[in-house]
Amino acid sequence: MKTTEEIFNLLKEKFGDSIIELKTDIPIEQFIVVNPLEIDKICNFLISDNDLAFDSLMNLSGVDDANGEKKTDESGNTQTTGGTLSVFYHLESTSLRHKLVLKASTSIENPEVSSVAEIWRVADWHEREAYDLLGIKFLNHPDLRRILMPYDWEAGHPLRKDYKNPEYYQGMKVPY
Amino acid sequence: MAADIENKTTTNEKLKTEEMILNMGPQHPSTHGVLRLELQLEGELIVNVKPHIGYLHRCFEKHAEAMTYPQVIPYTDRMDYLASMYNEFGYAVAVEKLLDIKVPERVEYIRVIMGELQRIASHLVALGTYGADIGAVTPFLFCFRDREKILSLFEMTCGARLLYNYIWVGGVSHDLHHDFLRLTKDFVDYFRPKIKELNDLLSFNKIFIERTANVGILPLDTAINYGITGPMLRASGMKWDLRKDDPYSIYDKFDFDIPVGDGRMGTVGDSWDRYFVRVLEMEQSLRIIEQAIAQIPEGDVTSAIPKRIKPVVGQVYSRVEGPRGELGYFIISNGTVNPFRVKVRAPSFVNLAVINELCKGHLVADVITVLGSIDIVLGDVDR
Amino acid sequence: MIYDFFYNLTGSQILAYVIGSLLPLFIFILPFALVAVLLERKVSAHMQDRLGPMRVGFHGILQTVADILKLIQKEDIVASPNDKPLFNLAPVLVFAGSYTAFAAIPFTSAFIGSNIDLGIIFIIAITGLVVAGILMAGWASNNKYTLLGAMRSAAQIISYEIPTILVVLTLIMITGTASLNKLSEMQSGHFWNWMILGGPGLSLTKFLFIPFMIIGFVIIYISTLAEVNRTPFDIPEAESELVSGYHTEYSGMKFAMFFLAEYANMFAVSAIVVALFFGGYQSPVGYLGNTFHLPWLIPIEQFFWFTFKGVFFVVVQMWLRWTLPRLRVDQLMAVCWKYLIPIAFVNLLIVGLITVL
Repeated sequence: MKTTEEIFNLLKEKFGDSIIELKTDIPIEQFIVVNPLEIDKICNFLISDNDLAFDSLMNLSGVDDANGEKKTDESGNTQTTGGTLSVFYHLESTSLRHKLVLKASTSIENPEVSSVAEIWRVADWHEREAYDLLGIKFLNHPDLRRILMPYDWEAGHPLRKDYKNPEYYQGMKVPY
Repeated sequence: MAADIENKTTTNEKLKTEEMILNMGPQHPSTHGVLRLELQLEGELIVNVKPHIGYLHRCFEKHAEAMTYPQVIPYTDRMDYLASMYNEFGYAVAVEKLLDIKVPERVEYIRVIMGELQRIASHLVALGTYGADIGAVTPFLFCFRDREKILSLFEMTCGARLLYNYIWVGGVSHDLHHDFLRLTKDFVDYFRPKIKELNDLLSFNKIFIERTANVGILPLDTAINYGITGPMLRASGMKWDLRKDDPYSIYDKFDFDIPVGDGRMGTVGDSWDRYFVRVLEMEQSLRIIEQAIAQIPEGDVTSAIPKRIKPVVGQVYSRVEGPRGELGYFIISNGTVNPFRVKVRAPSFVNLAVINELCKGHLVADVITVLGSIDIVLGDVDR
Repeated sequence: MIYDFFYNLTGSQILAYVIGSLLPLFIFILPFALVAVLLERKVSAHMQDRLGPMRVGFHGILQTVADILKLIQKEDIVASPNDKPLFNLAPVLVFAGSYTAFAAIPFTSAFIGSNIDLGIIFIIAITGLVVAGILMAGWASNNKYTLLGAMRSAAQIISYEIPTILVVLTLIMITGTASLNKLSEMQSGHFWNWMILGGPGLSLTKFLFIPFMIIGFVIIYISTLAEVNRTPFDIPEAESELVSGYHTEYSGMKFAMFFLAEYANMFAVSAIVVALFFGGYQSPVGYLGNTFHLPWLIPIEQFFWFTFKGVFFVVVQMWLRWTLPRLRVDQLMAVCWKYLIPIAFVNLLIVGLITVL
């Protein structure tokens, strides 16, 4: 059983700059912030290394961090620019019984994260859901399309903080 | 939504065969809700199964961001509507971890009794409808007759039969009725021989075994990689139960076994194993209920419910063992009375993804068998 | 006898024929089909720990009347891509096939619809007409599901006719006649003269036949169960997979025809099994008419016994339906070709050997 600090040190040695920091001050969980484009290499190492053996991905969730800059112009409308979208990975090892939390943040204008669907097949549908509801593009995903919303929903990504419902969808009035 | 019906032609040297795309559409008696399965068939053999979900998506996660923490509880009920007590249980445990409050003993025992009764009720639906899909209609009615007794126990406690709003953050909403424990004990004594009756009627019936053994075999490493949990994982041979491996509430005080699939009618991890693990789990739940009834202390059940829930800035991922698998809540709080993000790791959503692997090479009739053994609830898949 | 009765009554041959042939249809078969629908609902309900229809009439007796009234006034939907001539013809064929089989079944010694020497062979041939009707229904509905259901049904009925014929051949070999009327007359006396217990007379061969007769009875009961598409062989109408199979697209009176034809079929095959093995209309214990010296009472008693035995086997069919799950298509075929046919064949050979020696 390893603690998050030990795993952080191990990963820092191996991957260097891709591992950004270890956050321990936010209550309940400690997590490691990593580079979103390198996450598939990191996860490959995590699953195949014998001391770590993280063979199970418990949860993969996308979060809209809502940390953009708010600007109010003269007519009173607030515009949010910038900000990040993050993806949290909750990993577990069924044999060694330790857990790990990873976080990968990307900018909201061009959100791109490497996909781990080839490593843990459970990530396939979770990443499709994160794409559908938040708009995070996962590179190298086998089949990235909407999963919960209708396939031709063009009004954006519902779980974002600045999302507004469209007026009409295929001729039907949306907020009825 | 582009529902393309193409006929792809594959050519052998001599025969030109066409693959047929068959739609087991959103309205179908056996898909347990609004699920659309697109089957690619060659004759009667399945080449590919593509599930299309989202017909029951009610944006639970977006609603939760607009509610306060206690107001989210009726919404969690409606996700897995056949196991509502467990959804509330999972949410309450998660928020209590975030707030770092401890609930009274009596509340813990009440939650365990309700949770295990709910597990039995949920498994009865799963087994009954599975039998009805295979063609044996009578066990379906026997299972529902027994489930009625559990639902009247719930109605006696909180007034509702299916969606309870009973387990609140920090406690439960009402104390038990004064007759509740006696009637629950009667139910346990009544139900034990009924499991034996179900076994005689359905589980060991030769035709049922022929239909389900060796169908939809799930190997163990595929299961772990696909994130399968719950009775499906246990049927593939792994002794993994969150009540013992990552204990929450007071489950470490009870003595019960974890049934594991052993492939005695076919191979380890086939549909019969998944079915029979659920039957055995019902017996173990009866044991837990008996022990809980014997040990339950007196106390005040609403004393620890906070007046206003405003947690510190932070996040927590906590999970419970629901009847369908690992139900996880990932809650991020930003210091206000509304949650910032609630992500539900729904067991049926994860379990459904593996249906393509399980159905390859089987016949159309086996899709129903496999789907029934996965035991999904569409409210959980789509949230 | 009934034909003579009507001839004397009306004085016209044609009228007597017509009434004589319509009589069993209206007095017996249609009312039976109506009762059978209600019987199935009540039998299944009591087996499942519930009550069944209770409101219409005393304990639900008039339920089927209500159902038929409802079905008659429903709109007859024929979708535009359907093949109209085939669509409309299919229920007629199925209905006709099921009901025609009753022509050669002896209800009592005084009445048989048509006294042909080839009785049982005629019945088996006519039930082949039902296959054509089912295929037409499946194809003309313009629906992938119904097509699948109809093809499965056709394969099933055709395959399961073979064990039926083999067992019937066994009986023809023993008794030397194919007419059900003569077969029933041969089993007169008390129940030890029934075919299932070896046949009339008292000889060594009679006792030797008993195990083979029992095996033959089991085989023919199973294969006729498959011919009428009842569980465990009801793949064509598997409700949970194909939503009613080949009669999904039918509504109103046409659906009612399929429905009633199924119950009439059930009785027809029970009647065949009874006539072959259980003494037809003969009573197992002797006749009240004989004890009271009232010879006109005997045909009525025989009719009663025939109905009783037929309904008993229909109830066993219903019992099996609500207890057992459904077999998959390939398992169904495997049961027929790998198990029933070899056993029936061996049965035939051994019985043949015994008759010769």
